[in-house]
Amino acid sequence: MKCFSRYLPYLFRPPSTILSSSCHAEADIISTVEFNHTGELLATGDKGGRVVIFQREQESKQQPQRRGEYNVYSTFQSHEPEFDYLKSLEIEEKINKIRWLPQHNAACFLLSTNDKTVKLWKVSERDKRPEGYNLKDEDGRLRDPSMITTLRVPVLRPMDLMVEATPRRVFANAHTYHINSISVNSDYETYMSADDLRINLWNFEITNQSFNIVDIKPANMEELTEVITAAEFHPHHCNTFVYSSSKGTIRLCDMRASALCDRHAKFFEEPEDPSNRSFFSEIISSISDVKFSHSGRYVMTRDYLTVKVWDLNMENRPMETYQVHDYLRSKLCSLYENDCIFDKFECVWNGSDSVIMTGSYNNFFRMFDRNTKRDVTLEASRENSKPRAILKPRKVCVGGKRRKDEISVDSLDFSKKILHTAWHPSENIIAVAATNNLYIFQDKVN
Amino acid sequence: MGEEEGLHQTQLLDTMFVRGLKRKCIDGEEDIEGTLAGIKAIPSYNLQRQSLLDMSLVKLQLCHMLVEPNLCRSVLIANTVRQIQEEMTQDGTWQMINTQSTGQTSLDRLVSTDILCRSSREQAEGKQVPGYSNFNKDFEDDQTQDSSETMSTASSVQAPRNLQSNVWEMENAQENRGNFQKSLDQIFETLENKSPNSVEDLFSEVDNSYYDLDTMLTGMMSNTKMGHCDGLETFSSPTTTTSNSNCKSDLNELDHIVEILVES
Repeated sequence: MKCFSRYLPYLFRPPSTILSSSCHAEADIISTVEFNHTGELLATGDKGGRVVIFQREQESKQQPQRRGEYNVYSTFQSHEPEFDYLKSLEIEEKINKIRWLPQHNAACFLLSTNDKTVKLWKVSERDKRPEGYNLKDEDGRLRDPSMITTLRVPVLRPMDLMVEATPRRVFANAHTYHINSISVNSDYETYMSADDLRINLWNFEITNQSFNIVDIKPANMEELTEVITAAEFHPHHCNTFVYSSSKGTIRLCDMRASALCDRHAKFFEEPEDPSNRSFFSEIISSISDVKFSHSGRYVMTRDYLTVKVWDLNMENRPMETYQVHDYLRSKLCSLYENDCIFDKFECVWNGSDSVIMTGSYNNFFRMFDRNTKRDVTLEASRENSKPRAILKPRKVCVGGKRRKDEISVDSLDFSKKILHTAWHPSENIIAVAATNNLYIFQDKVN
Repeated sequence: MGEEEGLHQTQLLDTMFVRGLKRKCIDGEEDIEGTLAGIKAIPSYNLQRQSLLDMSLVKLQLCHMLVEPNLCRSVLIANTVRQIQEEMTQDGTWQMINTQSTGQTSLDRLVSTDILCRSSREQAEGKQVPGYSNFNKDFEDDQTQDSSETMSTASSVQAPRNLQSNVWEMENAQENRGNFQKSLDQIFETLENKSPNSVEDLFSEVDNSYYDLDTMLTGMMSNTKMGHCDGLETFSSPTTTTSNSNCKSDLNELDHIVEILVES
């Protein structure tokens, strides 16, 4: 097959340093990646409950080659492990999702969530320090009031930049099951959190109550056959949201219709292909991620083997279907045995909704150009990408003769999976999380 | 040796479960050795389906002791099990075995199916459950080679666990759980009516087996509780907000917890 690099609209280069943690502990496994609305900040959450925020360097004339590199801006512990005494169960501190709020002033706000609790964090800079207090001296020791003879006005003096993160709100005790998604509403006053069976609507200012807007828990748990896997608000219509299920369906709901949106406004499902039917059909149809396009006209879903783009006006089948790694179709039983079939891959749109990206195994990730119908497989690994060199497209060969540079399906490393990726909102910069390493690739710049 | 066989079996299963492969007609169980020497025959559909069923049951059964199992995964596996069972029912193989079964489950079973159904949702498919186990057993008896092979498949899935002892633990826990279940049902009925202030009254009715460390440590308690979560929401605020300790459960912790519960 032809190599598509010539036709690729984006040629990605890794930066001079690859951002990663020094020790390869399990707590460092990155569990979510998200750019903020301007793309200046990039937040990652990990299994140990930490959030690390990277900030893009400002362009400088002196060092043009360092344009736009991301450096660590702030690190904080968002969630701690908890123990639920009543159920005798641990609550993991792993950060499942991070979502940014749009920025209105100097401080940034983000939502981070683990399985049970959502937190609103404020990240602010401090580069000035007040000096010249009357009642205490520079070391902080209190001065004897009787010794003070003159009064002075404290002044602000510059200091080294300090970035501090403070928890502003904690939204707890609203979810019985594990939270899988959070989504900020376009009204910027409310957001939703979704667990396996319920979706709750919160107001940012109110932490002690939330509205339940979707509840699919059956009266008798024995009848449970379907769970919610992901949910998202429409980017422009604050009354509309979608949620996906483990049966491969998407429901679009309108909050104006009723308080409890158990009846969907639209129901998206693709009829099953009878020739592809197997015992694993349902499992591989389970949707692991759902994302609105920036335009709000389309919805993208990721199931185990494919990415699908749906037109909101057409419910009976997707508009486009892209095969991510169809060569795994013959390996489903092995993947079921080692639990890989339950891996939840995410998917992302680029800023103009023309390219979609998702991850795969062996540290591969895939990009699909919706206009040219070209696709490419790239790899996030140190060995195969020299700094500043263009990423070479990769190819998996399915049997038969294996060409040089191709890798056979049986040699794929299933422990190296790319589940989380992010695309800069306006530029061709992507962040790819490979286990505990974060790769940031940028478009070639002339 | 067992693991190799298991791996071999899975690879054969992969070829078997390639898309669209309809099941062959049941013409008696074929031996894996095949009729012709030197030719690697694909094992019979029934055998493969049975292996998949066993694998699924094992997956449902094995649980994390301290962390809640993934509900989505459990539901998907349970749906797969149900799908296999439905197909077996249509085959008539299910009915045939059901009529042969005499009743109570025995310790010889590969998997304690009552437990595995609970791990995805509590008390699921209660009436059909004994059928699974006996079907397993009888099917194994028919296939002289199968019992070892299905065992090896199962053991290759989760190496550290000894399935037989696991089953025994669960048999033991089952009785405790039965009482516990009753107590939980009582609790949840009364929770809907009473206010959270009457916690002491509610807990005084709880069976003491709840506090049995053995039952707690087998982890089956955590699975059964998963379904009874709603009523407990009112209780979670006093406990979880005060518990900010970075704690992993150890025996001292559990003793401490038990003390608190008993005193209240």
